[in-house]
Amino acid sequence: MATLMETKPLVKVENLRKLFPVQTSIFSRAKAHIHAVDGLNFEIEPGSSLGLVGESGCGKTTTGKLLVRLLEPTEGAIHLRNQEGELQDIAHRAGTSLQIFRRRVQMIFQDPYESLNPRRTIFDTVAEPLSVQNLGTLPERQDKVAELLHLVGLTPPDQFMYRFPHELSGGQRQRVAIARALIIDPVFVVADEPTSMLDVSIRIGVMQLMSELADRFGVSYLYITHDLAVARYMTQEIGVMYLGKIVEMAPTEELLAHPQHPYTKALLAATPVPDPRLGRDPIEIKGGVSKPINPPNRCRFYDRCPIADDYCRDNPHPPMEDKGSGHFTACYKV
Amino acid sequence: MTTDILRVENLTMFYGTRGGDVRAVDDVSFTLKEGDSLGLVGESGCGKTSIALTLLRLLPENSKINEGHVWMKDTDLLALSEEEMRHFRWKRVSMIFQAAMNSLNPVYSVGDQIIEALDEHIGLMSKDQSRERVAELFDLVGLDPALMDRYPHEFSGGMRQRAVIAMALSCNPDLIIADEPTTALDVIVQDRVLRQLEEVQEKLGMSMIYISHDIAVIAEVSNRIAVMYAGQMSEMASSYAIFEQPLHPYTYALMSSFPSIKGKKHDLEPLPGEPPNLITPPSGCRFHPRCPRATSICAEEKPPFKDYGDNHFAACWHPLEH
Repeated sequence: MATLMETKPLVKVENLRKLFPVQTSIFSRAKAHIHAVDGLNFEIEPGSSLGLVGESGCGKTTTGKLLVRLLEPTEGAIHLRNQEGELQDIAHRAGTSLQIFRRRVQMIFQDPYESLNPRRTIFDTVAEPLSVQNLGTLPERQDKVAELLHLVGLTPPDQFMYRFPHELSGGQRQRVAIARALIIDPVFVVADEPTSMLDVSIRIGVMQLMSELADRFGVSYLYITHDLAVARYMTQEIGVMYLGKIVEMAPTEELLAHPQHPYTKALLAATPVPDPRLGRDPIEIKGGVSKPINPPNRCRFYDRCPIADDYCRDNPHPPMEDKGSGHFTACYKV
Repeated sequence: MTTDILRVENLTMFYGTRGGDVRAVDDVSFTLKEGDSLGLVGESGCGKTSIALTLLRLLPENSKINEGHVWMKDTDLLALSEEEMRHFRWKRVSMIFQAAMNSLNPVYSVGDQIIEALDEHIGLMSKDQSRERVAELFDLVGLDPALMDRYPHEFSGGMRQRAVIAMALSCNPDLIIADEPTTALDVIVQDRVLRQLEEVQEKLGMSMIYISHDIAVIAEVSNRIAVMYAGQMSEMASSYAIFEQPLHPYTYALMSSFPSIKGKKHDLEPLPGEPPNLITPPSGCRFHPRCPRATSICAEEKPPFKDYGDNHFAACWHPLEH
């Protein structure tokens, strides 16, 4: 069997880029591109979860879609460890080999009201990955769906199997989405804001369920969220994204306790604290997020940075530098 | 001694549906002092927005107010005629709606939309006068007055939200109700908009009611917090007291299920079950089926909304330590 050395990392992303053309007319070629994801490098260990945080438009959802290959990258490599323990680049696969890869990865979407087909029963929805992959006979699928519904807390399963999404609450629907994602025993799941549409009292239950199932099946998550507080509970490591770049990456508690990049500091300072007895630091950054359309070759954060100087203006986007204790930061001034 | 600007007494409001009456607001009472800010917090469907719509008398047709009074100073808003209420809205009480940034009309410039509100409620002014007023309002909410002839699509989400706040401020209301004013915004923009609101409130001495599901946002901006559950008021106290010493088990559950980036990483405790159906709400205390402290009396009798001293109210038969 594979040794520890051979199972690490589970996912390895190298120089991942995705550019979307900004169309000017049907006949001319696109002159400008949105650099949605622009040179990402990261690894995810088996059984460990990485959080991607950042404001809307920073490219976190695009990254998630690239990793499950709902989008094809413009450039770069996405290595995923296959069943035999080998890292394989799936960035540009198509057809059958892509379908085989999809047995190993799944995605959970943000909105449980939109992501379930209203005309299909819960059984059809949860069993769909099995039928797409041609796995099991009907009775086997029924057993498997019942088992998964039981695991996600929709019990007794036969009371839920033949109901429709509109008969379920938001929390229950998201549990169905989780069951669907886990039914083919994936090793890697991209979860895009899976709890942001849920009510406070329901949210924690879904978060705990996801953590529990990750431990039980050894699943790794790429957990995409705008909420650092949620990321704190769901991930071992956090990458902070800004306009298509990861600007800081560190183990979760380390990042929250000792943020280094001015953008991370601003994000932390702006996050409301549910306790009036704890104060917050004032935030210093200016302006709002722009769109990364043909961005100039310098630090992406330059325009809003409180500590930027001429050096930042005249040099390309800073590389990620190792600052010790697993902490990587892309900033000339740190 | 500050006076009460708003006094809501025993408000009960239903929505008629084919399945029966939805008891959206049930016997809710609270007061708001002049210049104060109250945060209404609770999960979706707990009646927070219904209260706001009742205060402004903007309820849909299938609703009926069964009981109660809404006193603003000496006027009972519920007794006003539609015409009288129309004069009241905007000038005395205005509202910032949820996702208000999408409520601007795309074919009029932002400035013109504010001028329209001014004309409608204050009366026609000269063009220069109204443009001057809009510039003043833009300045107040941190927008560059030079942008007043721009169209909504040229504004970012945060700027649109500021424009909507400017509009709510346009007629100098005594009270502003902000329903999830920052829910659709990114954290950094949210932080700025909230601070702007606080600043404007302080400057103009208005009273505010903030409505949100996010107890962290509410904790930041309100000096008093009212926690609602299933159409009823569970607890109301100063923000500090609510966090220091929650009395109602629901308040406690809400707080312990809210993740925070500050402080020690405590275990989050999920609340069992789901919010009740308000067509046939649970008997007695509506929270009792999900409450860890519930006993037989909780299912039988509705607990009174009792003052535990220092204006700390709670409706519970078995409050936490006090």
